[in-house]
Amino acid sequence: MPTLDTSTEPSGARRVGDLTPDLLLTGEHHLCPGCGEPLALRCLLDTITDLEVTTQTIGVVGIGCYTAFTTSIDVDLVQALHGRAPSVATGIKRMRPDAVVFTLQGDGDMVNEGLQEVLHTAARGEAVTCVLLNNGVFGETGGHMTATTVLGQRTKNTIDGREAEYHGYPILIGDLISRLEGASYVARGSVHNAGAVARTKKMVRRALESQRRGDGFSFVEVLTMCPTGWFIPTGESPEYLHETLGAVHVMGELKVDGRVKTTDELHTENVARQREVEARLAAGGLDG
Amino acid sequence: MTTITSRGTVRIDTEACKGCELCITACPPRVLTMGSDLNRAGFHSPLLEPGCTGCAACLFVCPDFCFEVYRYDQPVVTEVAS
Repeated sequence: MPTLDTSTEPSGARRVGDLTPDLLLTGEHHLCPGCGEPLALRCLLDTITDLEVTTQTIGVVGIGCYTAFTTSIDVDLVQALHGRAPSVATGIKRMRPDAVVFTLQGDGDMVNEGLQEVLHTAARGEAVTCVLLNNGVFGETGGHMTATTVLGQRTKNTIDGREAEYHGYPILIGDLISRLEGASYVARGSVHNAGAVARTKKMVRRALESQRRGDGFSFVEVLTMCPTGWFIPTGESPEYLHETLGAVHVMGELKVDGRVKTTDELHTENVARQREVEARLAAGGLDG
Repeated sequence: MTTITSRGTVRIDTEACKGCELCITACPPRVLTMGSDLNRAGFHSPLLEPGCTGCAACLFVCPDFCFEVYRYDQPVVTEVAS
């Protein structure tokens, strides 16, 4: 089969998708091959651009691999200590109520190092949006187990898979937050395929819109790949994510307008949406 | 000879690619394959075969922001040996 030239801009064609998100000064980064975090970051930054709130947005970044993006994200940012981002975001929102405030945290940062911060912020109903990048490992410090690592998942210190008897059970942070009265919108997305990325972007948009309406706390958890921490080939990591983490941390909108959905409801929705996405991809695109 | 119609195409920043191959499995018409050439950082990068639909699935899943997606005003027909 012949291969086509992909080094130059084609003629007689319109551009439908850009290389790098507008709010990223450079697409270059030092994250590992196959990492899911840049995909989640694209969802967040593109949504801020789409909502035209770039100049009023203030982000609070936790500690993790994604912290490397603080030098290239073109939005006002504050760097918080481990897990303390929701509290810093609370302070910013109370001083600057017109600002759109988000936090960007990993599962080690949010669920291990600073679980109480996010829970109290949610319970107080602070109008901020917390974005969690959940891959079930402490990626930055070597790939060991976090509180969200699911049973059977490989990490550096659970090489044969997490065992309940020895390591305990995972914390399903999205489900936990959805039960708090102060949380208005809670969703769990994933980046294991193009359809999931598109759906996650919609979740981020709804969360930021909920914040702008002043509904209360909003939360988007995004399941991301970490092939380096999981010791698997990069090409197999999306399937591993979907079948291992995705089976426990079920994707979907967990709480909308104060109503908490059951896991069965989420499963039914997911099957229907996957069929819809496959049909749209076959028809030619996800942006229509 | 047979013909293959391309409704879209992509521009690939091969120097930014880290060879993770996520785009290969994400491509619905399966027109992306891994090439054998190495970039400056020592990674393989994908090649495009005729048949792209311009759906942007590769762009959605690329962690290194390597893809720019285009849709042709008029579909392009490529002749290939059958």
